[in-house]
Amino acid sequence: MVPDATFTSYYGRPVVKAAPWEKDIPAYLFLGGLAGGSSLMSAGADLSGRPGLRRVGRLGALVGISASMFALVHDLGRPDRFHHMLRVAKPTSPMSVGTWILTAYGPAAGLAGAAELRPLLPARLRDGLAGKLLGLAARPAGLGAALLAPAVASYTAVLLSDTATPTWHEAHNELPFVFVGSASAAAGGLGMALAPLSESGPAQRLAVGGALLELAAEHKMERSMGLTAEPLHQGRAGQLMQLSKTLTAFGALTAALLGRRSRAAAVVAGTALVTGSACTRFGIFEAGQDSARDPKYTVVPQRERLNARASAGGT
Amino acid sequence: MSNSFFGPLDPAPDAGWVEAPPRKGFFTDTSVCIGCKACEVACKEWNAIPDDGMNFLGSSYDNTGALGASTWRHVAFIEQSKPLGTQDAGFAGTAAGPAATDVLNRAADSALTGDRSRLGTDTNAVDLGMPKVELPGADGAGRADFRWLMESDVCKHCTHAACLDVCPTGSLFRTEFGTVVVQDDICNGCGYCVPACPFGVIDRRIGEKGVTKNVGIAQKCTLCYDRIGDGLQPACATACPTQSIQYGDVDELRERAQKRVETLQAAGVHDAKLYGHDADDGIGGLGAFFLLLDEPEVYGLPPDPIVTTKDLPAMWRKAGLAAVTLLAGAVAVFTAGGS
Ligand code: SF4
Ligand code: SF4
Repeated sequence: MVPDATFTSYYGRPVVKAAPWEKDIPAYLFLGGLAGGSSLMSAGADLSGRPGLRRVGRLGALVGISASMFALVHDLGRPDRFHHMLRVAKPTSPMSVGTWILTAYGPAAGLAGAAELRPLLPARLRDGLAGKLLGLAARPAGLGAALLAPAVASYTAVLLSDTATPTWHEAHNELPFVFVGSASAAAGGLGMALAPLSESGPAQRLAVGGALLELAAEHKMERSMGLTAEPLHQGRAGQLMQLSKTLTAFGALTAALLGRRSRAAAVVAGTALVTGSACTRFGIFEAGQDSARDPKYTVVPQRERLNARASAGGT
Repeated sequence: MSNSFFGPLDPAPDAGWVEAPPRKGFFTDTSVCIGCKACEVACKEWNAIPDDGMNFLGSSYDNTGALGASTWRHVAFIEQSKPLGTQDAGFAGTAAGPAATDVLNRAADSALTGDRSRLGTDTNAVDLGMPKVELPGADGAGRADFRWLMESDVCKHCTHAACLDVCPTGSLFRTEFGTVVVQDDICNGCGYCVPACPFGVIDRRIGEKGVTKNVGIAQKCTLCYDRIGDGLQPACATACPTQSIQYGDVDELRERAQKRVETLQAAGVHDAKLYGHDADDGIGGLGAFFLLLDEPEVYGLPPDPIVTTKDLPAMWRKAGLAAVTLLAGAVAVFTAGGS
C-alpha cells in the first residue's frame, strides 16, 4: 500500500471541485455501455440467424439508450437547453463528441428496437406501409447502430478522464478497456439471461470475454495509478468496486460452466454480470468524486512531481 | 495540434481573433494584501452576484471559504508560526492557543451553503497560531513567531483552459483579450467545466429557480469583460487599496512581477515566489498569476497543475483501441465457437 502522505492544504479543503453530477451520470455510463454491447450482440445475432438473441439485444439497446438519454438530460442544470449541445462539434470536448455519437447511434438503435415491437402492433398498422418500412429498415438500422456501438461504449472513459479529478484522470490509460469490458459483460449477461439457450453461445462468449477483459484492465489500472488508486478501495466506492469484482468473477465463472445448461443458471450468471457492470460504473464514479473532495490526491502527486523534477536538476 | 493543447502561446490569436489587442490579466501580489476584502465586495456589486453565505468558518478571517459560482474573488487567510521576512511580530515566547477543534470544523462546514457546502474543512490540517476557544497556553506550547498570509484568489484565465476546451455547448469562449468567459444564455449547465478546471474555480450555481439569477448555469470571473472592453479596469483591481491586484497587459505584468519578487528577495523575504507566471508550465502560463509567500498548496492552489487536455490525444487513441477491441471481440464470438 502507499504510505500515508503528509502534505499541506488550505484548511483541508479541496483544491479541485468535484463534478456537480448526481447518480444520473454513473447510471448513464452503465446504460450506455449496456446499449452499445447489446447493439453489437443483436447485429451478430441478426446476421447469424439467431432471432431470439437478436430480439433481446435490440430491445436491450432500445431500453438502455432511452433511459441513458433521459439521465443525461435530467442531469443538466438547464435541461430545457439540452439542444445547445448541438450548436458546436468540438473534438476537444468528449461530451460534445459523445453527443454527436449518440445523435447518430440513438435513432438507429431506436429504429432497430422498434422493429422488434412490430408484431405487437394491430394488424392494420403492422402490415401497412409504415409497418413494412419498419421491417425493411430494421437490419440496416441495427447494423448501423452496431458500427457506432463501440464508440458509445468507449468514449465515456475519455469523458471521465479528461478532467482534473485525480482518480479519473490517472486512470486514463486503462479506463476505456475497463468500460468496453464492462459493456460486453453486461450485454452478454443480458443475452444469456433472456435469449433461448439454443442461441446463446455468442452471448456466453461475449459475457465471459468481457468480464475477463474488465477484470484484467481494472487490475492493471489500479497498479498504474499510484496514490490516486486509493479511493477505489475506500468507503462506498471501495465497497462498490469489491462487489463489482466479486459479481463479475462469479458471473463469468457461472456463465462459462453452467450458462447454457439451465435457464436458472443463465439467469443467475446474467444478473450477476449486469449488476457487476453497474457496480463498476458507480464505483469508479464515486471514487473519482472522493478523490476530488480530498486535497491529498491533488497535492501529493503534484508535489512529488515537483520534487522529482527539482532533484533531477530542474529549477 | 500538440501546441494548442500544451506549451506557450498567445491564446486570443490561437482562438482565431485577428488583430487581437494585447492579452489582459491580473498580477496579484499577496505580499501587500491587507485582507480588507474590497475586491470580494466590488466583484459582488459590479457583477450583481447573489449572496451565497457569509459566515463564521473558523478559518481566520475567511468568511467565503472557496471560489465558487457566486464567489469570484476569494480572500484566503493563513495564520502561521513563522516570521515574515525580517519583521518581528513581538510574539516570541508568548503562549499559543490550542489547535482548532472538531466543533470549529463542523461549524465551518455547516455555515456554507449552496455550491460550497461540501468544503470538507479540517482546520487541524494547518498550523493556526492564533488564540482559540480555550485559554491560550492551555496546551503548554509557546509561540515562536507569527505571520498572517492573505491572498485574493480568482479565475486564472488559463492559456490552456480546460474548462473552455471541454465545454460542449461553446458557452465558454476565448475573448479578444485572451480571457475565458461564460455566455449565460448558451450554457446548459452540463457541469463538465467544473471537474475540468485544475484550480477548482468554476461551479454550477445553486439556488431557487426564478429567484436566484442564473441557477443551474456555470459561473466564474469574467475579468470584467464588460468593463475592460470600455477601457476600464476590472472592479476588484479598481477597489483594491494596496495595488495587491494589478490589472494590465500580461507581458508587462510578468516583467513587473519579476522585478517585485527580486526586490522582496533582496529585502530578505526569501519565501517570495511567483506562481503561474511561467509560459512553460503545465497550463502554458496563467493570465492571472500571483506572488506568494509560501508554497501554493498552503493557499489552496495546486503546486504543479497540468491541463488535463494535454493527455487528450493519448486518451482518444486508447479509447479508439478499446473500441476496436470490442468490435473485434464481437465479431469473434459469432464466428468462432458453436451455437
Ligand atoms: S482557472 Fe479554471 S475556470 Fe479559470 S480559465 Fe482556468 S480552467 Fe477555466
Ligand atoms: S456547464 Fe455550461 S459552461 Fe460549463 S461546460 Fe457545460 S455548457 Fe459549458
